[in-house]
Parts: sequence; structure tokens; C-alpha cells
Amino acid sequence: MTIELSDRVKAVPPSGIRRFFEIAEERDDVISLGVGEPDFSTPWAARDAAIASLEQGKTSYTANRGMRELREAIADYAADRFDLGYDPAEEIIVTAGASEAVDLAFRAFVDPGDAVAIAQPSYISYEPGVIFAGGEVLSVPTREEDEFRLTVDALEEAGAGDAEMLVLCYPNNPTGAIMREEDLEPIAEFAREHDLTVLSDEIYAELTYDGEHTSIATLEGMRERTIVFNGFSKAHAMTGLRLGYALGPADAIAAMNRIHQYAMLSAPTTAQHAALEALDSCENDVGEMVDQYDRRRQFVLSRFREIGMDVFEAKGAFYCFPEVPDGFTAEEFAEGVLREEGVAVVPGDVFGAGGEGHLRISYATGLGDLREALARIEAFVADHA
Amino acid sequence: MSEREVLELLRENARYSTADIARMTDLEENEVEATIEELEAAGVVRGYQAVVDWDKLEDERVRAEVELNVRLDRETGYADIAERLARFPEVKALRLVSGDYDFDMEVEADSIREVSQFVSEKVAPVPEITQTVTHYVMTSYKENGIELGDGDEDDRLSFSP
Repeated sequence: MTIELSDRVKAVPPSGIRRFFEIAEERDDVISLGVGEPDFSTPWAARDAAIASLEQGKTSYTANRGMRELREAIADYAADRFDLGYDPAEEIIVTAGASEAVDLAFRAFVDPGDAVAIAQPSYISYEPGVIFAGGEVLSVPTREEDEFRLTVDALEEAGAGDAEMLVLCYPNNPTGAIMREEDLEPIAEFAREHDLTVLSDEIYAELTYDGEHTSIATLEGMRERTIVFNGFSKAHAMTGLRLGYALGPADAIAAMNRIHQYAMLSAPTTAQHAALEALDSCENDVGEMVDQYDRRRQFVLSRFREIGMDVFEAKGAFYCFPEVPDGFTAEEFAEGVLREEGVAVVPGDVFGAGGEGHLRISYATGLGDLREALARIEAFVADHA
Repeated sequence: MSEREVLELLRENARYSTADIARMTDLEENEVEATIEELEAAGVVRGYQAVVDWDKLEDERVRAEVELNVRLDRETGYADIAERLARFPEVKALRLVSGDYDFDMEVEADSIREVSQFVSEKVAPVPEITQTVTHYVMTSYKENGIELGDGDEDDRLSFSP
């Protein structure tokens, strides 16, 4: 007997990365540029706070929405860093990673058949999230000639005016693109005009290398229709602690909390103590990590140009998005460079429309490995020229 | 600012090529070269050395931290004593420090016997030195900002979203 799967699960194919993972496991000399997580360890102050909380026996559930003092700290941080003003009592929910928060939003706001516009290429979990919630995905491709920023033209071309919701991820995974205030203004206007709810995933906001990050929720008339997602995985190097949060209008956060309180009850308590300390005292650690990423970014961009591969000037997150040379599809290149040279990269089409012909290169890897990996990519390109 | 960035990178890894440093700092290669030359000429960069984990070698290499107390007189200052001690090739580092003793001296030789002999025969007889306390290094966990040992394996997934 086999257990019958739901149509929603059947509608989501296995991850496109899976096959590459299996090839990578066959060799033991693989340098991976395929990893979307920091290579730094969680700052010690945050780890100490987690350890201390365990020693003190703080291992029970917290409030469903997260510890009150953590929500207050998040409110202060969001206000100071990104000019986002939210009430910790009603407008913030702490979740098990930003991914949970995104999933809660889909489940709370998407009805069967609702169209959700996703600016792509983007993080691979949005599409399945929409499908699991019963919605329909509307891809809005962004293009390299627009520096992978979302434009109103692209929204109109895709028919996004009829959608219920728009998903943004800037700084972007996988392209490293950012959206400045002047780029967001027309998008905000489009959202207001077409009454779209905006889900803005800003998990990479701290990793903005050129100027300051702007949240679309700070633009006029956007606060009431936007949910902002953030978390501690990327800038605070806390991926395994699974702690994120969402900021939004009280009734929307209450709706998300209604699902969260049954599905998760509350985010991990130990991680919440670590996160509180991370906000309290790890600003310098974040600054040092951002400096390192920036250095690696410049290194990687410059090496790709030297190799002769066109590469977009990524200005955020820890990815860059070079074009594969003529004669290859992204998948062929990624598989070839993995089999022949032992370098793991992710083909851009995994991230949806607009990603074809590109590779996602993560530079969340030490400079020594980056240098070696790029030398191997150079050799691969030379061999196949 | 670029001087500082170049110095930080050289301290991280003195074998970075000028081309790599140029890539990381967004400077031109010739600017990096000129900056390094200036730093060397000004005596800011005093040399380039490898950071060695001696425990990984079969050959024994013995190191000790020696605390020195001195008595100064009207003609002799700390700098005079330091100058005399620093000339010995066994002395790898010498610092005047605050606290319970005056100088902190790092000594390196091929055996415990050699280190002991050096301290008792060359250092202790210096007339101004009133006391020596020798601490042999048993295991070194970090040198010049670099953690020694086997290092952390990167056990992250090869691919992740």
C-alpha cells in the first residue's frame, strides 16, 4: 500500500538542486559555491546567551508571538536600521526562520485560485509555498538589462495587476540585485493602484554594499499593505538556530499568528535568547562579516570579468550571477564544472523565470577556496572554449 | 584608508598577490604595489613570515615564555637592556610589559636543554636582571591571529537555497 499524496504536494516537483547534490557527494574534493548560508559562526555573544539560557533552564514555550523583550528589541532595531515603525505587542511575530513567516503569510492571505506574482529569479521556496497554500504562481521575470530590478513594465507584461499579491526579495537571492527608493516608488504605486498585498523578504537587508537598504513598507501608503520579513540567519550567521520574524499591520500579523500558534506554538526559546543578544551586542560582528563579504564580492566579480564571463555587478546579499559562456545552458555548465573540476554552483533557472543562462555563485566561502574555485572555473572555460 | 585595508589583507595572508589585493580593495594593481612599497620603506611593514604549527612537525622545536625582572640604575634604562637581549637569535619576541614583571621574552630553540642553557648562561648573567621565570609552551592554539590545529570542517550542505 502507498499513502496517497495530496494534489498540492504532487504539484511541487523535487528541488532542482537535489540532482547536483547527489553528483557532489560522489567526489571528496568539491569546493562549493552553492551554499546559501554564511561560513562564519554565530557571534560568541549570541552563542553564550543561548548557552546561558539553557543553563538557567529557560526551555519552556514562550508567548506564541515570541518573547516580549525580543519583539521590543526587533521593533527598536527595525526602527533604527530601516526606519520601520512597528508595535511589538501587535505588529510583530517571531517565527522559526523567515521561511516559516513567509509560509504563514501565504497560508493566511492566499485563497485557492488566487494569483501570486513573484519577481523572479528569486529564492526557491516562494513558488512551492504559494502552491501548498492553493494559490497560483504568476512569474514576473526581471532582466539583466534592468540590473535585475523589478520594473512596472515587467509587472504589466506579466499581467500582475490582476494578482492578489506580489512577492519581492531585495537584496535578491540569487542575483545580488538591490532596489533603491527610486526603483521601489513606481512598484509601490502599481501595488496601490491594483490593490496588491506585498510580501517583502528583506532577510539580506544588512548585506547591502552600496548605500543603505530601503524597505518598500516605508513608502507612502505601503505600510498597510506590506508584510516585511527578516531574520537572523544571514547577517547574524544563525541559520541553524532558525529564527525569523515578520512585521505588518496588526490584523495581518494576528492572522499569521492564528496558524503559527497551532503549527509551531512558538519559535525555539534558546534561539530567541540568542537573537535578543545578537540585536543587543553583535553590531560589530555583523559589520565585520559584511566587510568580509564585500571584499569577497569585489574579488569574485573581478575574477569573472578576467575569465571573460559577463557578470552583473551584484550589490547585495552574498551571491553573484554570472552568465554562462555561449554554447552552454546553465545546467550543462553547472554539471560540467562540477564533474570535471569539482566546483559546485547552482544553475540560475532553478530560481525561476529570468534566471536562465546564469549561475548563482555564493561567496559565503573563504577567500582561499574562492580563489581555487575560480581558477578551476577558468580552467573549465578554457578547456571548452 | 587604502593603506589600512592593504595592511589588513597582508596581515590576513602576506602571500596574497598584488592582483588579488587590487581585486579586493578596488584599487589598481600599481596603486597596491606602490602602497606596499611605501609601507615597507616607512618601516611599517617590517617583514613577512609564515605562521607555523610546530606540533605538526616531527622535529622538536621548543618555545618558552620568559618573565624577566630588572633593576635599573642611573646609567641603564629599559631600552639598553632590551637592546642587549634582542640581539640573541634565540629571542623571538621581547616586550616591556606592565604588571608583576618587566619584560616578556619569547625564546625558541631545538630542545628544553638549549632553552634552559640559554636562559641560565646568557640571560640571567646580565647584571640588571634580578629574576627569570621560564614557562615552556606545551601546546599552541593560536599564533598571529591564526587558529592552529585541524580546523573546522565545512559540514554545510554542498547546495542550499
